[in-house]
Amino acid sequence: MAQREPTASAAPQREAGGRAGRRRAAPALLTAGLLAALLVLVLLSAGIGAYGIPLGDIIGSVRHRAGLGGAELDRVAESVLWNVRLPRVVLAVLIGASLGCAGALMQGVFGNPLAEPAVIGISSGAAVGAASSITLGLTFFGNWTVTACAFVTGLATVLLVYAMSRSGGRTEVVTLILTGIAVNAFAMALIGLCVFFADSAQLTQITFWQLGSLAQATWPKVLAVLPCAAAGLLAAPLYARKLDLLSLGERPARHLGVDVERLRVALVVVVALLTAAAVAVAGIISFVGLLVPHLLRMAAGPGHRFLVPGSALGGAVVLVAADLAARTIAQPAELPLGVLTALVGSPFFFWLLRRTRRRQGGWA
Amino acid sequence: MHLLRRVRARTAPAAASAPDAAPGPEALAEARDVSVRLGARTVVHGANLTVRPGEVLALVGPNGAGKSTLLAALAGDLPLIAGELRVADRPLSSWTPRELATLRAVLPQSTTLAFPFTVEEVVRMGRTPWAGTPAEDGDEAAVADALRATEADGFAARPFSALSGGERARVALARVLAQRTPLLLLDEPTAALDLRHQELVLRLCRDRAASGAGVAVVLHDLGLAAAYADRVAVLHEGRVAACGPPAEVLEAELLTRVYRQPVEIVPHPRTGEPLVLPRRDTLGSGSTSP
Repeated sequence: MAQREPTASAAPQREAGGRAGRRRAAPALLTAGLLAALLVLVLLSAGIGAYGIPLGDIIGSVRHRAGLGGAELDRVAESVLWNVRLPRVVLAVLIGASLGCAGALMQGVFGNPLAEPAVIGISSGAAVGAASSITLGLTFFGNWTVTACAFVTGLATVLLVYAMSRSGGRTEVVTLILTGIAVNAFAMALIGLCVFFADSAQLTQITFWQLGSLAQATWPKVLAVLPCAAAGLLAAPLYARKLDLLSLGERPARHLGVDVERLRVALVVVVALLTAAAVAVAGIISFVGLLVPHLLRMAAGPGHRFLVPGSALGGAVVLVAADLAARTIAQPAELPLGVLTALVGSPFFFWLLRRTRRRQGGWA
Repeated sequence: MHLLRRVRARTAPAAASAPDAAPGPEALAEARDVSVRLGARTVVHGANLTVRPGEVLALVGPNGAGKSTLLAALAGDLPLIAGELRVADRPLSSWTPRELATLRAVLPQSTTLAFPFTVEEVVRMGRTPWAGTPAEDGDEAAVADALRATEADGFAARPFSALSGGERARVALARVLAQRTPLLLLDEPTAALDLRHQELVLRLCRDRAASGAGVAVVLHDLGLAAAYADRVAVLHEGRVAACGPPAEVLEAELLTRVYRQPVEIVPHPRTGEPLVLPRRDTLGSGSTSP
């Protein structure tokens, strides 16, 4: 067997000792904290904007629609809340959860903390499907056409990246990142072709992928991604324990009873589902899947039983917050969401890269 | 669960009769005329090997002789180009990965971890094959025992990645012990260890064998093999050159040929146990015992 070097995220010595005690309590505290943060952010997002809606009115209107008392708002407020804000917030929650969860799963499958859908090209792969389905005017699946196409090309891309970046049962950081660059370049070229052949209406639709945005959120869009996102999010926690074992390497995981081949196929499909769901409506939003699992791993340890659902929750928090910021920082203009996450995420990625390199003593 | 009972039922009598006695005829794992190719090179040629309940079987031989490859083949990690592998009297391929994980545990030559799990979490991973079975109730005890037996309990809360090489090796062994399987396949468990812990690890192997398990262990130290193994298999260029009790197999002519290094066997002055020593006559006198 080839000699293996310690993989990227060797924990520093100072984590020893007292850290372990805190780790046991951390998941419960973090879950509670994230849920509270999500609730607050959802309410803030629903209220803040060009047309402000007071918190009491939001709660009243929601209670009214749920048949629990409350009162309907005036026509404009009701329309802004239910046709503009809420679909957008719900979409942000769904997509954030999908991206965070996909990131955690991918890092587990690749056994590499730098794996992330956008970094290694899965998002662009899915975007190729979405963009080409728009350019070609495909409608074979109704409302779900774009999502379905994004899923198919996303799946193909994960398989491609997986096959190309692994050797000898493991994924080296350099190979993974370089494969990502190649895949991203190819996907961008294909999207470029779609843009070239698109008419002007399609062009507007496609352009927003390259930036990533939730500005076009509507309830039908929410419905379009819901099946993919829900299936992926519900399936993901089932693999948590096996992902823990996979961090020992493929052979030891197999020795502990994991059917590694099957696990891999299942997880690749789940990742493709989640990424496709996100990309189909929001375009390429990078680094959420990188940042969130990383921070959670630092706080609560690497156990996937918390990390996978926790990353979904954390992803939702981050994306709702990011979208709120994108809408309000430069009012009345709106920043593209993908640009914002990349602005924050890229330096983080850079830091991570430097740290990984230092730990491994170079890339050679 | 009933799988375990079957295996226990089979292994128990061997243990009860006499822990150190000649092993029974049954096989926990068996390689029949196994050949394995790695890349362009055939690393194992028609090897026959049987691991019996209640015994420690040492695999020795020079670098590149195929010890680890044969062990990996027994673990079901490598495709065979010829021959057959059997585990607990059935073809290896007829077991599901999960069933196999309750039958045999495997210690790889080196253990790496992609994420900073703590030592205790790593050892607990050894219990996963038993999840959802009645044996799950023994998880805590199995983890605690394994940590104590390998003297890893002092740093159970530390991240695995912060440990030294020798500590990692012991934690990896603890994970394998916690799996509590009737068959143990250990690839150089003593390579990174100091004198005390080398002895400790082989005593653990003996303990396991005494309670009915079969232990196949790749060793470089012929002295350890001679002292602790019931049988020693000497591998040479991918073939099993000899296999039997240490006193029979460890003889100077064979070892000199296999290791391409003059070797002499002398009885221990006090215990009479065979000691394998390289001949260093050319370096000056007095390097060997009387």
